[in-house]
Amino acid sequence: MASSTPAAPAAPPELRHHFASLEAQKEASSLGMWIFLVTEVLFFGGMFTAYAIYRETYRHAFEGASNLLDLRLGAFNTVVLIVSSLTMALAVWASQQGRTRLLGLFLVLTMTLGTTFLVVKYFEYAHKFENHEVPGPHFVVPLDEATHQLLPRQSEMFFSLYFCMTGLHALHMIIGIGLLLWLLRKALRGDFTVRYNTPVDMVGLYWHFVDIVWIFLFPLLYLLGRHTL
Amino acid sequence: MSGHGKGHGGLGAYFAVFAALMVLTALTVWAAYQHLGIWNTPLALTIATTKAALVALIFMHLKDSPKLTAMVVGSSILFLAFLLFVTASDYLTRRWIPIYFR
Repeated sequence: MASSTPAAPAAPPELRHHFASLEAQKEASSLGMWIFLVTEVLFFGGMFTAYAIYRETYRHAFEGASNLLDLRLGAFNTVVLIVSSLTMALAVWASQQGRTRLLGLFLVLTMTLGTTFLVVKYFEYAHKFENHEVPGPHFVVPLDEATHQLLPRQSEMFFSLYFCMTGLHALHMIIGIGLLLWLLRKALRGDFTVRYNTPVDMVGLYWHFVDIVWIFLFPLLYLLGRHTL
Repeated sequence: MSGHGKGHGGLGAYFAVFAALMVLTALTVWAAYQHLGIWNTPLALTIATTKAALVALIFMHLKDSPKLTAMVVGSSILFLAFLLFVTASDYLTRRWIPIYFR
């Protein structure tokens, strides 16, 4: 094909033929990932909007129901996710430096922290089932921790949103851990070099996005009624 | 700090952001127990937005990204604002007109 330019250097194997250079390829991947994250922002945005409307309409019910969440577990999970974002950022850094073993270590750490988050979430959910605070036929209207009177019936709405939002977030975490496992396999196979580490970078963007969602979920779900206690 | 955060310059920034995120998390928990009237939620959201901006700018390298990426991110914030504002302008203003109470 390129017989007229025999001096052209061989393209690196990770460069797809429709890109002029690795830089152009990486920029396209990055832009595509960010556009996907925009759709994710609006996906979660619908739930945050629903939350904002119901919470303004049933303020007392939402504040009272929020106080029934375990703040210590929520705060613990917030810290776990922040640390996992740090280890993910360090994994991207290690891959850019071509330090494969360090990359593997940070990927395993990030996965472990993600799993820790999910295990804590499991215990939180289990406790909600035991207390009949899960929306549905077995829901029992709980007592207000501040006044020891029954909360308004709409506290069920708070828990509906709580389970939808944290459940969707947890699903993203599970997918993220799957992506990290895929990265680990590729890293151990030696697929990533100083020149080519785009997948690590892209999964990093996803992981940080999921962290950002939790950064908003934590105060909105766990903290909104604490000042009434 | 360094123009294109691909080198060692990134590491210090990562740990600085991590420390800031921890401090802001503690701050938001503390602030939630204060009696600030209507300002509890705006303060919590301001802290959360600051944390999110730190994660996006440094951990997600938005600071060193092309302008096009910044525009894409800006569009997501713009459309989220539309979604919230237009919905709220309906639901949260209904009670301004007394007839809806009956």
